[in-house]
Amino acid sequence: MNRAVFLYVGVLLTVLLSFTGLVSIPEKQLGGLQPLVDADGTQYPVPPTGLVAEGRGVYIADGCIYCHSQQVRPEGFGDDIERGWGTRRTVARDHIYDAPPLLGTMRTGPDLANIAVRQPNENWHFLHLYNPRITSPGSNMPPFPFLFRKVPVEVQVPHDALSFPPGWEVPGYAVVPTRRAKALVAYLTSLDHTHPVPEVPQ
Amino acid sequence: MNAAASFGAEPTVAWRAEVDASCAYPVVAFFVSAVFWLLFGTVLALVASIKMHTPGFLSGAEWLTFGRVRPVHLNTMIYGWGSMAGIGTLLWLQARLSRVRLPLQLPLVVGCALWNVGVAGGSIAILTGHGTSVEWLEFPYGWSFLFAGIFVVVMAASLMMFSARRVGHVYVSQWYLFGSVLWFPFLYVMANALIHGALARGVVQAATNWWFAHNVLGLWFTPIGLATVYYLLPKVLGRPIHSYYLSLLGFWTLALFYNWAGTHHLVGGPLPAWLITVGIVGSVMMFIPVTTVAVNHHMTMKGHFALLKVSPTLRFIVLGAMSYTVVSFQGSLQSLRTVNEVTHFTHYTIAHAHLGVYGFFTMVMFGAIYYIAPRLTGREWSSPRLIKVHFWGTALGMAVYWLGLTWGGILQGLAMDNPDVAFLDVVRHTLPYLWSRTFAGILLATGHVAFAVLAWRMFTLKGRRLPEPASAPSAVLAGGAG
Repeated sequence: MNRAVFLYVGVLLTVLLSFTGLVSIPEKQLGGLQPLVDADGTQYPVPPTGLVAEGRGVYIADGCIYCHSQQVRPEGFGDDIERGWGTRRTVARDHIYDAPPLLGTMRTGPDLANIAVRQPNENWHFLHLYNPRITSPGSNMPPFPFLFRKVPVEVQVPHDALSFPPGWEVPGYAVVPTRRAKALVAYLTSLDHTHPVPEVPQ
Repeated sequence: MNAAASFGAEPTVAWRAEVDASCAYPVVAFFVSAVFWLLFGTVLALVASIKMHTPGFLSGAEWLTFGRVRPVHLNTMIYGWGSMAGIGTLLWLQARLSRVRLPLQLPLVVGCALWNVGVAGGSIAILTGHGTSVEWLEFPYGWSFLFAGIFVVVMAASLMMFSARRVGHVYVSQWYLFGSVLWFPFLYVMANALIHGALARGVVQAATNWWFAHNVLGLWFTPIGLATVYYLLPKVLGRPIHSYYLSLLGFWTLALFYNWAGTHHLVGGPLPAWLITVGIVGSVMMFIPVTTVAVNHHMTMKGHFALLKVSPTLRFIVLGAMSYTVVSFQGSLQSLRTVNEVTHFTHYTIAHAHLGVYGFFTMVMFGAIYYIAPRLTGREWSSPRLIKVHFWGTALGMAVYWLGLTWGGILQGLAMDNPDVAFLDVVRHTLPYLWSRTFAGILLATGHVAFAVLAWRMFTLKGRRLPEPASAPSAVLAGGAG
């Protein structure tokens, strides 16, 4: 093969083809997806705002995606639905406001697409982030003590201090979530993708 | 600067020495940087691995949390070690094969320095909480402009050499090198613009993400790796490649199929079924280029396996080439929905990724550096014993790594697909295999330290002077014959 021009054209053509197939056409097909609006005017999905958006930032900064997916596989493919990780498979519309979508590729920990439904209790999330072994014995999730402040209790116990199960208290201190911990939990407790969608027949 | 000046009718030894001399500064700069990032990435790998089974390890500081250390490991290995070793090798190979002096030497050295700034800056950004959580593209958007800019220089140097080539015939390695320098910048710039520049939205970003990430291996590392094997195998053996036509078939089928494979990372995900199917078809079609290349390399090696004992270059590239065959067949099978249903989301994928980037590409780069470095410095490798430690540490380490996480991943996947097994029991089942990874990591790290010591002595000119020229007798310590 001595004709450089074949190489040029061939090399560029192959990569342009895959770009068209794997990026451009999907963008054409899915780029215009709109949210659903129910009869009572509620919209699904809604863009993350305020504390939830801030919490999404913490989720990204601390790399939760490297152990947690946010996608429910279809019924009959894996057992995501049987495990209670969702009521229906995840569809493209679920993620129209996510840039980037945090689908994930690893499940060292469980899927979080519907964690708000499975575990709505904020104190549970705070305890779990402070030390995952408190709520989930045997878990290999790292603790996130830096998302909390330890306050001496001599003065008065702050109203937002964590309430520990017996045996896990930190003697002499109250443990208080920082704003970033609160944001992260606000984000986690917003993850609910059970809203019915036309893509998945009931 | 004498831009890519080619040679007339000087004897082979003379033009080779001149080509090598022209490469010395830029290529050594890329190699030294690569070895630094290899060590840095190894430390992060060990930290991340230990955290997986001992979550309390170094857990007090946010910048050391698993979700930050892991992406820094990946990015320093990909953009620091892999890409810099790859660029160094690519420049030297293209100069040798085109028989021209390396052009743009100063810009390349400056580019190398800035590339290091980019990897360091991007890593610090991730550690301080500015990572993007887009796999393989974790460095914040701004840094991508720096890498893309430097890449223009690498591309220009490579293409200048190619167009000034003195040899009429274009060797198979040059096709691959030519492909890689055009493919990678396109992938990198488009992926950054679409995802970080938000030109695409929602799950289209995910499709773009895996189109890119899979192609970093497929259209960047793989062509450089194969170009290296295609060059060094016949060089060290002193015999030509088995079949020109197999080479041709292997190259064009790789170019055609590999870049469609990426969406197999999204099987079961919220994307149109046709898009996933296309990714699976592309993955399965990879049987053609992989079989072709494997047959071609094997037939070239046939009857000469005894040389593995004397040439460290040969040992590393043959192991790398064999890993390429295994990892590619594995990848094709893994993309099938029935297999993927079990292996997706598990450590099996991690084992597979390491067999590709490490077992194949990194091993080939080790072989390349063993061969190229003595020709740039005029020195021998200083210790056959350390070369042995490097080889066996990395070879055994990779074997333990792959076996442990592959098996552990299958068990993890089967347990996860069984709703009767509680999730925390799934976690418990994987723990022994996570420990086996740390053990493998220690073996790999031992090999890397041995290699770093060798590289340090090589590039500080501590080894014995090679008999003039580099093609003469001491084949072992110069990484092989030729």
